[in-house]
Amino acid sequence: MYSPTVLAHLDQPRNAGAMEDAVSRGEATNPVCGDLLHLYLKIDAGRIVAASFQAQGCPPTIAAASVLTGMIEGLTPAQARNLAPADVTRALEYLPRNKEHCCVLAIDALRSALAAIPIEMV
Amino acid sequence: MRRVYLDNSASTRVDDEVVEAMLPYFTEQYGNASSTHQWGQHAKQAIEDARAQVARLLNAQPTEIVFLSGGTESDNLAIKGIAAAHCSRGRHIITSAFEHPAVLASCDQLEAQGFTLTRLPVYREGIVRLKDVRAALTDETILVTVMLANNEIGTIQPIAEIGALVAERRAAGQRHLHLHTDAVQAVGKIPVDVKQLGVDLLTFTAHKIHGPKGVGALYVRRGVRITSQMHGGRHERDRRAGTESVPLIAGIGKAAELARVHMDERAVHMRQLRDYLEAQIIERIPDVSRNGDAEQRVPGVANFNFDFVEGEGLQISLDLKGIAVSTGSACSSGSTEPSHVLLAIGLPRDSGHGSLRFSLSKDTTREEIDYVIETLPAIVEKLRKISPRTKKKTAEHAE
Ligand SMILES: Cc1ncc(COP(=O)(O)O)c(C=O)c1O
Repeated sequence: MYSPTVLAHLDQPRNAGAMEDAVSRGEATNPVCGDLLHLYLKIDAGRIVAASFQAQGCPPTIAAASVLTGMIEGLTPAQARNLAPADVTRALEYLPRNKEHCCVLAIDALRSALAAIPIEMV
Repeated sequence: MRRVYLDNSASTRVDDEVVEAMLPYFTEQYGNASSTHQWGQHAKQAIEDARAQVARLLNAQPTEIVFLSGGTESDNLAIKGIAAAHCSRGRHIITSAFEHPAVLASCDQLEAQGFTLTRLPVYREGIVRLKDVRAALTDETILVTVMLANNEIGTIQPIAEIGALVAERRAAGQRHLHLHTDAVQAVGKIPVDVKQLGVDLLTFTAHKIHGPKGVGALYVRRGVRITSQMHGGRHERDRRAGTESVPLIAGIGKAAELARVHMDERAVHMRQLRDYLEAQIIERIPDVSRNGDAEQRVPGVANFNFDFVEGEGLQISLDLKGIAVSTGSACSSGSTEPSHVLLAIGLPRDSGHGSLRFSLSKDTTREEIDYVIETLPAIVEKLRKISPRTKKKTAEHAE
């Protein structure tokens, strides 16, 4: 049902937990299933140098957030803004059709965090 | 890695003795039970032996047992068969809010055809109340269908009391009122006696009691008229057309016999281990709660809510450690609502918690339960650690 990558991220989530010294925090919820995702970013010299997440949700939501925090490290906010849900799905190998919305949630949380970066840091 | 199967409410391992009882009918006695030659007659005898075994388990007469493809078909035949045969006398059906989908969907189907449905509440404890049944009965009621034990939380329904109520109404002249119970999750775990329960129809399937999948039975009390839902040859006394699956029927017979002979010891074994598992989970994991009445339930089933985490994450994480359980709050097509059973006992719609069902069998061992007890707390903790809701809650506590 789930790809080995999804299972690996569920088993050992990367970058999980709140970030005390984050410069921005984004949030997204899925009103239908109640999944809740928080994403934290640290920015230095115009790049994302660290990201972390907190999630309550099904395995793909946790895996999507976990893999996304790795994908955006080193990117500029502008580059990160270009990521789409399909990029996250690809990074997880594949998802059952009815779970693809989990990657939308991850991207929503990312965009919310990017929008919250103080203007002087972008 | 250890493998621990605690999903016996979904299906069970077929007993070796049951497999053995089935095998001759694949390759040796493979005749059609309708044939008059000796191959056919051997097959027929096997079916009648199984019918007697199932009847004995339920305290019924062999002629009152109809074999068919499982619990789902049995529920369908009972409900639609009564509705079709008695709709000229009334078009009202009473059921409960937390029946198996086979019952719920059969009732929905009839509702769409113009029948009136009453779906009884089951309250926090997960048990139908007799006064609600009494209040719901009308002169138009032709069928009450309430399960004997619930499949997610294991609670036992007051079927004998409903049976007495139905008998009263019938004695008072309402001859077309019938009582059906889906006993799929009760048979083999608690005594199931059709006479003591006072039911007209009872559903049962083999694969929950260490028999094969794809075979079940419907008890139809002598004298009760149902309309067949499958048309074809004159099998099963005109109540279910189709060449009988002799190996599967031999299997359900053997499984029924073993369930009857060993029920007491199996029940004690499952109850002891279940109670141990529950006590340990409650002791070792904070913010958990149990679902369903603590007393009036079958042995072998434990159902918990774990606050701040989602059910499927727990279930898949346990699977990665070799432990099979099921969750009543899996996200299906974008909705992580609790199951209709958990909603019926009043759990909120938001996904503030995940639920897990642990269902044991006669073969479950203390070592297996210990492995679960050692494994589960770390998984719950891991998922809580990454949950944003946990933090909020602890912060609130700290304030
Ligand atoms: C209460 C109940 N009724 C009916 C069924 C369906 O039985 P079957 O799988 O044999 O169709 C099940 C099992 O899934 C059940 O738990």
